[in-house]
Amino acid sequence: MNITLKVWRQKNQNAKGALETYKVSDVSPDMSFLEMFDVLNERLVTEDIEPIAFDHDCREGICGTCSMYINGRPHGPLEGVTTCQLHMRSFKDGDTIVVEPWRASAFPVIKDLVVDRTAFDRIIASGGFVSVNTGNAQDANNLPIGKDQADKAFAAAACIGCGACVAACKNASAMLFVSAKVSQLALLPQGEPEREKRALNMVAQMDAEGFGACTNTGACAAECPKEISLDNIARLNREFLSASVANPEV
Amino acid sequence: MGWLTKTLTSSIGKKVLMALTGLFLCTFLVVHLIGNLQLFKSDGGYAFNTYAVFMTTFPVIKVVSYVNYALILFHAFWGIYITYKNRQARPVGYAVNKNSSSIFSRSMAILGLILLVYLVVHMSDFWYRYHYEHLPYVKYTENLTTGDITTTAMDEGYTQVVKKFEISDVAAGTKTIIVKDLYKVVGYAFQNILLVLFYVLAMFAVSFHLIHGFQSAFQTLGLNHPKYSPLIKNLGIWIFAILIPIGYAAMPLYFYFLK
Amino acid sequence: MATIKLDAKVPEGPIAEKWTKYRSTVPLVNPANKRNLEIIVVGTGLAGASAAASLAEMGYKVKAFCFQDSPRRAHSIAAQGGINAAKNYQNDGDSTFRLFYDTIKGGDYRAREANVHRLAEVSGNIIDQCVAQGVPFARDYGGMLRNRSFGGTQVQRTFYAAGQTGQQLLLGAYSALERQIGKGAVQMYSRHEMLEVVKIDGKARGIIARNLVTGELERHFGHAVLLCTGGYGNVFYLSTNAMGSNTTAIWKAHKQGAVFGNPCFTQIHPTCIPVSGDHQSKLTLMSESLRNDGRIWVPKNKDEKRAANDIPEEDRDYYLERRYPAFGNLVPRDIASRAAKERCDAGYGVGATKMAVYLDFKYNLVNKYGKAEATKLGIENPDYDTLVRLGKEVVKEEYGNLFDMYKQITGEDPYEVPMMIYPAVHYTMGGLWVDYNLMTTVPGLYCLGEANFSDHGANRLGASALMQGLSDGYFVIPYTIGAYLSSDIKTKAIPTDHEAFVETEKQVKERIDTLLSIKGKLSPESFHKRLGKIMWEKCGMARNEKGLTEAIQEIRELRKEFWSDLKVMGDADGFNPELDKAGRVADFLELGELMCIDALDRKESCGGHFREEYQEDGGEAMRDDKNYMYVAAWEYNKESDWTLHKEDLIYENIKIAQRNYK
Repeated sequence: MNITLKVWRQKNQNAKGALETYKVSDVSPDMSFLEMFDVLNERLVTEDIEPIAFDHDCREGICGTCSMYINGRPHGPLEGVTTCQLHMRSFKDGDTIVVEPWRASAFPVIKDLVVDRTAFDRIIASGGFVSVNTGNAQDANNLPIGKDQADKAFAAAACIGCGACVAACKNASAMLFVSAKVSQLALLPQGEPEREKRALNMVAQMDAEGFGACTNTGACAAECPKEISLDNIARLNREFLSASVANPEV
Repeated sequence: MGWLTKTLTSSIGKKVLMALTGLFLCTFLVVHLIGNLQLFKSDGGYAFNTYAVFMTTFPVIKVVSYVNYALILFHAFWGIYITYKNRQARPVGYAVNKNSSSIFSRSMAILGLILLVYLVVHMSDFWYRYHYEHLPYVKYTENLTTGDITTTAMDEGYTQVVKKFEISDVAAGTKTIIVKDLYKVVGYAFQNILLVLFYVLAMFAVSFHLIHGFQSAFQTLGLNHPKYSPLIKNLGIWIFAILIPIGYAAMPLYFYFLK
Repeated sequence: MATIKLDAKVPEGPIAEKWTKYRSTVPLVNPANKRNLEIIVVGTGLAGASAAASLAEMGYKVKAFCFQDSPRRAHSIAAQGGINAAKNYQNDGDSTFRLFYDTIKGGDYRAREANVHRLAEVSGNIIDQCVAQGVPFARDYGGMLRNRSFGGTQVQRTFYAAGQTGQQLLLGAYSALERQIGKGAVQMYSRHEMLEVVKIDGKARGIIARNLVTGELERHFGHAVLLCTGGYGNVFYLSTNAMGSNTTAIWKAHKQGAVFGNPCFTQIHPTCIPVSGDHQSKLTLMSESLRNDGRIWVPKNKDEKRAANDIPEEDRDYYLERRYPAFGNLVPRDIASRAAKERCDAGYGVGATKMAVYLDFKYNLVNKYGKAEATKLGIENPDYDTLVRLGKEVVKEEYGNLFDMYKQITGEDPYEVPMMIYPAVHYTMGGLWVDYNLMTTVPGLYCLGEANFSDHGANRLGASALMQGLSDGYFVIPYTIGAYLSSDIKTKAIPTDHEAFVETEKQVKERIDTLLSIKGKLSPESFHKRLGKIMWEKCGMARNEKGLTEAIQEIRELRKEFWSDLKVMGDADGFNPELDKAGRVADFLELGELMCIDALDRKESCGGHFREEYQEDGGEAMRDDKNYMYVAAWEYNKESDWTLHKEDLIYENIKIAQRNYK
């Protein structure tokens, strides 16, 4: 296969960027999308052009590092798939593919296709945890949790924090990410003691980071590689509102 | 009230205000439509014109209507503000963008702006003229025995202080009512094909706005449930996005084609 | 110039009491002093994140470093199948001793008894801790935790969260870490790579780290330094490790005096997706849990042309079930891998490259799950299609994400056709040598998790890596670090303008400048690929004297070429993944040599280390306990020059036997 790539190149956070065009030939359909970038980068080195910087690590679809906006969609054309699990058999010979970084004021570009997603870490640090110090736990089976409830919590916990939801949302809202964590812990008895504070603090931090507000377009869930459900956002709204109304300390 | 401001100015709170005002406006749509259905009565505008008097004089309704106007304005300008803030969250856009969300959900702001323009036109056409301009009067004489109503247009220069002049003649067995003839104004306005088209288009905007808006309000309020959410979604589509806009659109079409 | 004397510092007393007694008598640091003691944690996987969080909870000042953009992305996240714990929730006779025994035996009797027993003792606490954090393990309808089987055991002691156990455990540890970051108790440095250990008066006192975004070199002081940087499987280029996984941190420590234990012990995982072409950048694991329900086979005929589903039962060779009837498809990883290699080398492999075997779910999908579901639903005499349909639902629930991943990568649907798998490098049992306290031979320098050598001997059992990482981080280091820090409370924080910091930073800078100034023709990636090929072919699943001798020579030559013909694009003043990679490959080029030297030196076969010269008639590994029952701990002298130290392994509680899974 021969592919034409238009890739966003930007030297650093403050530089002005632009799309550059590269042709890649002899692409095997069995290659992953990132392996095609590897091949291109190796060639660029021989041509004395600095290779394209992009985030990637596990290449198994679980670490959440890879983050390319491919032909107008985060992680490309397939559903429930990260960039690293996208293979070239999903494209046709002669295709032109436009690759851009995640776009959000809360995710500034570091270089080329690499963005800074530490805003997500700060949101987790504001309340995405159960305050249990090491050694304080009771026996694991002392806390029975019904299978349905455990499964729901697991489905929310499957979030890999890649930021595709923010990238896809026209408002660059982080609600799906935040709601997944809030939901996971709201669904489990372990999360109960800090339930109200968690919702309030995480939403406050999310707002402080400069993400937009959710307008329920559903683009986030449609593009989420782990198919996190919009139900979580409704749950977050519920958690936040009931905490705002009921919590005496707010 | 620090907590309330804090809650309502958070990203979720801002949307809750949109949801609550939006749902209120949805109930207004229902009430307004039911009231205006009287335009379809073949009674020379008797029911409609007396209904107009009632709506503009009954104190409770008056208060509600002013609240309604305020909420329309709030919903509009708060929506514009949220859209502005949301745009700030993505200062650099994409070169290529294929949206996986519905066009309705993405176009709420633009649909809302169309509706705002529509409301200005609509209010100045009828509400403003009814309240502040000279309108022709009409006299209805009702035969209390048979229930028949005779309609007589008043003279061009006729005016009265009260909104509704009502007198009963027991001997003759009749009741006479003189009111502003808004019905005629409506009928006259809807002879203009451009206005009719504009109204019909505006109702498409209502429909598209509510396809997303109605169910979205429930999602924002956190009211979702696997059992009931599909019901709300269907309600939003069938009642608010189809039935109600059709009902409204029928009015100008009715006057243009059938009157 | 050997100067080091190994002292494992294993406490006296009966094995079952060692840890309890030690824990109760190890010196403590009082809370007021903890506030003045700074600890550097490098790496934020299961071991690093759990250690950083736990130490911060105790009151120490912690600085944590990771090269990823977030601590949540460390490669522990990719562990799929599960985590072992001797809870005996299944009432199947499990116990601490049994887990201890299985782990030692699984490791082919090359691990230190006391460490492994401690691991088994705290295994239950790990599950408790994780559940308390909100880790959503799989549960039964009654709300109790579920378990499944893993290789090398006959009990069900593996806890899991679908095929994402590592992710859920890491997110648990990450959330504990973020909580401490939020409190200000941990300072987090993401996108930072540790490039050197700073030693003052022979003790580890800090690190030099490079800010990968700005390119700046930073000096960080710590009373103690914990390396939790994972394994070095990427020395093989193709492995199941993440692209960024590297040996740099432990290699730098090694060159500063931390001896390296059993470097050649590498785990080749039997169930990975086979290589598809030269473009391949990494290999993907299919969890060992699949061997619970997947049956491994190859055709009985060498020149089989039929599609897998068309090959009748009588023409299939379920070679694991045939050779190891007692454990069947659930033999330990080293054995399953070698058996696959043996079949493929003998010409029975399948797929385009003939370097793969089938992992087939049809039998259990139909006969185990389909029939059980049909019985549950009261369907009498269900037809085959019904059984397939019912069975599929159960299989989906258990392994859905793995099946999806397989389909995504290969384009084939494993619900319909058998998976094709082949062994791949997955884990390194070797690592920095540590004593019972997890301290390396450099005072104040600790090593946790996969990065150390300690618990898995010559072969790790499935679902034990997560257990070890969390055991080290949550339940071992918080106690054992007291033994060192309690005597260090008088040491004030050393200012980073101390000459040792200045000098070390200068060396780091010089090395970066050298990498950039070679200006040759070949990319770091190309050297990495070539190194990987040497390692896989000559120091991989099967090794021999000739190959290893050649490999050592080839690696030396490759290294020479690297330092004369390397081309690194970009500069050192900003984000530059090429430069990061070059530094890592440079270290792999040294480590690879040591691995081959160690493999050459160990003239026996044990666990993942298979020397072709030392096998029995049936092809089983032949251990030499008389001469090699020791940990090979290598001390670095200078380039290509190491001194071998031996820590003899003494088994007082386990009867040593030939590993038998038949």
